[in-house]
Amino acid sequence: MAEELKLFRTWSSVFALRIVWALKIKGVEYETIFEDLSNKSPSLLQYNPVHKKVPVLVHNGKPIAESLVILEYIDETWRETPLLPEDPYERAMARFWAKFGDDKVLTSIVWGVFFKEGKEQEEAMLEAMEHLQFLEDELKGKRFFGGERIGFVDLALGWLANMISIFEEVAGLKMVDEDKFPLLAAWMQEFADSPIIKDNWPPRDKMIAKFQALRDAKLAAAASK
Amino acid sequence: MADEIILLDFWPSMFGMRVRVALAEKGLKYEYRQEDLRNKSPLLLEMNPVHKKIPVLIHNGKPICESLIIVQYIDEVWKDKSPLLPSDPYQRAQARFWADYVDKKLYELGGKIWSTKGEEQETGKKEFIECLKLLEGELGEKPYFGGEKIGFVDVALVTFSCWFYAYETFGNFSIEAECPKLIAWTKRCMEKESVSSSLEDPHKVHGFIMGMRKRFGIE
Repeated sequence: MAEELKLFRTWSSVFALRIVWALKIKGVEYETIFEDLSNKSPSLLQYNPVHKKVPVLVHNGKPIAESLVILEYIDETWRETPLLPEDPYERAMARFWAKFGDDKVLTSIVWGVFFKEGKEQEEAMLEAMEHLQFLEDELKGKRFFGGERIGFVDLALGWLANMISIFEEVAGLKMVDEDKFPLLAAWMQEFADSPIIKDNWPPRDKMIAKFQALRDAKLAAAASK
Repeated sequence: MADEIILLDFWPSMFGMRVRVALAEKGLKYEYRQEDLRNKSPLLLEMNPVHKKIPVLIHNGKPICESLIIVQYIDEVWKDKSPLLPSDPYQRAQARFWADYVDKKLYELGGKIWSTKGEEQETGKKEFIECLKLLEGELGEKPYFGGEKIGFVDVALVTFSCWFYAYETFGNFSIEAECPKLIAWTKRCMEKESVSSSLEDPHKVHGFIMGMRKRFGIE
């Protein structure tokens, strides 16, 4: 029976990109459905009624939502080129760093630094720096977070390799200083240049425009309070 | 060589209780160490430098942090007894999804119920009940979220049930009236030794939250 695999995504979602990368790494064919989140399709609402978000992977009619859950599903279903390590302790560490990336790194950089200004931004920057230092330390002696090749944590943190420079340009400040975070900066470059990754970034000019507009809106809303 | 297992915990934490349930399900012996969160031990700070939080499981000297990650670790290491995650990848994904949903929603919404007043509290209550109803729907007619036996989602959610009495008291509502099937499920889970021996007395939890409310000037 032919596999039917569909990925619901948007052109800009970095969470959906994780799934694009994973499926590429596994060499799995699939159909892409681009969503307009201001006008969600009935299919999306049917497949992800709880969160109504992308990405959603639909495999032979059965939906899986939440990008890190989808990554583990992909890893368990297509067993070649594993994303997670074999050893249970190493797996626990990989899950830990992926969760840290979403809960702390992303939150502090996007909601703390990027969407704020002035004193609030300065304070958020200090917090973000602390989080980035943990990632820097985690990279010691490693080419990728996954070791010699890209793994689960690299895919989870991969948004940094593209979004940081976009945030830096729009907000007009440096977030990942190569002098402070040499290993992280090197990883960001190596990840972004990797064959499977580099062809899949969303168009930079569109991203700059989008995030400029988002930042302006957030700052305006905060100012009017 | 015998396994050395230490759990760093703080007794009211529903997250720590998840680990206790999982360890009990696997029949594992371990050392339980109570942390004073206002005076964290050097061991806690060494074992969880990133978050400095409990629970932390220390297995043969190596720490694992974040309760759901710890539960999955326990399930993978001691895989021959009482499996908590199903073997089918799709069922596993569904279990992870719902455990993640519990994590994303219940603690924060429950917090609004006991620590806020007025409109914020009302909104918290309403959204909390909506979440429980959604979970109730997911349970359906199954005895447990895991099917015939308790599983990952059961462990993720049941530990909140010993906080229900406190939520109901401070929020002035009845969870059983809104979600009778879910309460029936909590009672079914409590019939299991692994759950009843791991969950704290709801009145003790209530007393603890009362103390927090006084400290934060909510009472």
